[in-house]
Amino acid sequence: MTTTMEPVRVAVPASRGLLDRVLKMRELAILAVLVLMLAATQIDNSAFLSQQGIKDLLLNATILVLVAVGEAMVVITRNVDLSVGSVLGITAFAAGDFLQGGGNPLLAVVLAVALGAGFGLLNGLLVSIGQVPALVVTLGTLYIIRGIDSIWIGSREITAGVLPTGFIDFGHNGLSALPYLAVLAAAVLVAVAYFLRNYRSGREFYALGSSPEAAGLAGVPVRRRILAAYIACGALAGLAGALYLARFGNVDSGTGSGYELTVVSAVVVGGVAFTGGSGSVYGVALGALLLTSINSVLPSIGVSSVWVQAIDGILLLVAIAVDRILALRVAGILRKRAAETRSARHG
Amino acid sequence: MADTTAPFTARLRSARLGDMVRWDTVVGALLLVLLVCSFSFVDNFGNALNLSFLIGNTLPIALIALPMTLLVVSGEIDLSVGSTAGLSGAVMGALWNAGYPIETIIPICLLLGVVCGLVNGLLVTRLGLPSLAVTIGTLAAYRGIAQIVLGANSVTDFPQQYLDFGSGRIAGTFIPYAAIPWAVLLVLAAVVLHATPVGRSLFAVGASEEAARFSGVRVKRLKLSMFVATGFVSALTGVFWALHYASARYDNATGLELSVVAAVLLGGIDFDGGRGTLGGAVAGVFLLGALQNVMSLVNVSAQSQIVVTGVLLVVSVLGPRVARQLSVARARRRTLTAPVVPAAATAPAGGT
Repeated sequence: MTTTMEPVRVAVPASRGLLDRVLKMRELAILAVLVLMLAATQIDNSAFLSQQGIKDLLLNATILVLVAVGEAMVVITRNVDLSVGSVLGITAFAAGDFLQGGGNPLLAVVLAVALGAGFGLLNGLLVSIGQVPALVVTLGTLYIIRGIDSIWIGSREITAGVLPTGFIDFGHNGLSALPYLAVLAAAVLVAVAYFLRNYRSGREFYALGSSPEAAGLAGVPVRRRILAAYIACGALAGLAGALYLARFGNVDSGTGSGYELTVVSAVVVGGVAFTGGSGSVYGVALGALLLTSINSVLPSIGVSSVWVQAIDGILLLVAIAVDRILALRVAGILRKRAAETRSARHG
Repeated sequence: MADTTAPFTARLRSARLGDMVRWDTVVGALLLVLLVCSFSFVDNFGNALNLSFLIGNTLPIALIALPMTLLVVSGEIDLSVGSTAGLSGAVMGALWNAGYPIETIIPICLLLGVVCGLVNGLLVTRLGLPSLAVTIGTLAAYRGIAQIVLGANSVTDFPQQYLDFGSGRIAGTFIPYAAIPWAVLLVLAAVVLHATPVGRSLFAVGASEEAARFSGVRVKRLKLSMFVATGFVSALTGVFWALHYASARYDNATGLELSVVAAVLLGGIDFDGGRGTLGGAVAGVFLLGALQNVMSLVNVSAQSQIVVTGVLLVVSVLGPRVARQLSVARARRRTLTAPVVPAAATAPAGGT
């Protein structure tokens, strides 16, 4: 036993230390880009980082951060959920419809989260029990949920006028520059990050993403973890739907369509690789903040908004290309180190 | 020499696989049943005008589905096709506004499509990036460039003879003119995929990239050429789209990638690569197209049509897999190796 254990114990801290450093570098890199961009904008336009300006930046990022954190949990397990935009749309309308009928705002949020979790359960069951590629299944449920949404809503829409003022205020106000919504999103972010980092079941998400087969053989309940990731993702999309309603007060049958691509961009820019098993939700939150900030920065430095989409896309490409090059470097270093230890042992 | 014998052994093996062949046939049969039922029971389905609408509206998907099938068989995917089509339409409109003759514009657009495909292909093959992530990036980037090129304008005043080609049909039939180049491309793609060493290499790469490389397939070059072909056909589709709907806008063909992927997967092309036939893909494309047409004729709302598309997609991937799993499970029970599995599963859990 000890002879087989020894090399493993030696190898793990070295590789983890290196990997950790790279991941931290990754988050630092996004943060640096973000800070540089905001600073440059501030120098150009001194009204940009006013109290209201900061508040708007945070408010804009909130909803994307929530959905992207959920998506990250799924992507870490080497799956993907393309239906988040549709789930956001339908839960936002459900919450609005409930409030319109005089419901309790807190219950409306719970309802949205539960509905989102339900759709997540559906996705998770199809992926984990049916063992069909997640991309195809969630592309299907993207259509199905959007269709149900459209049939249910028809040409109706929810406007801010029919919602309770307390709910709308919650979506706009905050503690000076810190919106309530951002506080909520930050709480969720910290909770998810803590879970993924410190809980055994959280670590199993990563194990599963690195190698589903190995994780299964090591006793990780693969299907249950995948199911949990999808339920969490759906629930967070539902929460984001309710917050979307509070923030914008306006929901129709097109709400959230096409959002999945923005979410996936935020996740990938944030350093969670599509191949699973790597990245952190803090990186994802920074990625989401970066993407939404670009949308505010460009107009305020006088760049036409037609550039936004192209820049988003190119940023995504640069992010994954840089990731890949870094990963190749790390693999090269690890290989060299392994070769050195091997030759040292033989020598 | 080895290349000429390879297709035969491979075909024998794929015939033994069975389930895939059956799914192709299922989709084809479904399409046939749908067409027969629609001709006999749905008013206005069979008239020439409706059939030309059906084909005209399905052609963009049918065009891109051809190279997409080859690409998915080789284990990659391209989600930027809709944006490439949009970009080519936008550039077409912008150049036309700038006063260039259309005879130079169209080749430029097609060349642009090749460049778009080249960018995707180089990022995937040279840097080893997952095609899904790359093409989600270029999906946004190409659409963004289209927006920069054309802004919110729409260009409609293309020469009449080209507009006629885009929307007209061959005299006395229901077949649109544009179906002719599609048919040519279909034959080309079918021959390449099912009757040449290139096609066999695509299947080999999709089944196991490493094995294919060791057996002498130039994997990177093959994949790159498939991305280029997809970009080219996407740009062609963009030109057709602008002429067919007589409008070049930056948001032309938005979301087309999902329709194409849905149709191709419905046609039994395995997303993991290495499996599928072009006939299945074409049947999938026209099954979705005909279904949407029929549902519109019998007044099913557009929203319900979306649901049907989604359900079909889920069922099309879930059905064959569940069937396979059931048969595997049955076989396992029959051989009575079941006791080994729980023992292996519980041992590590107990050890920790």
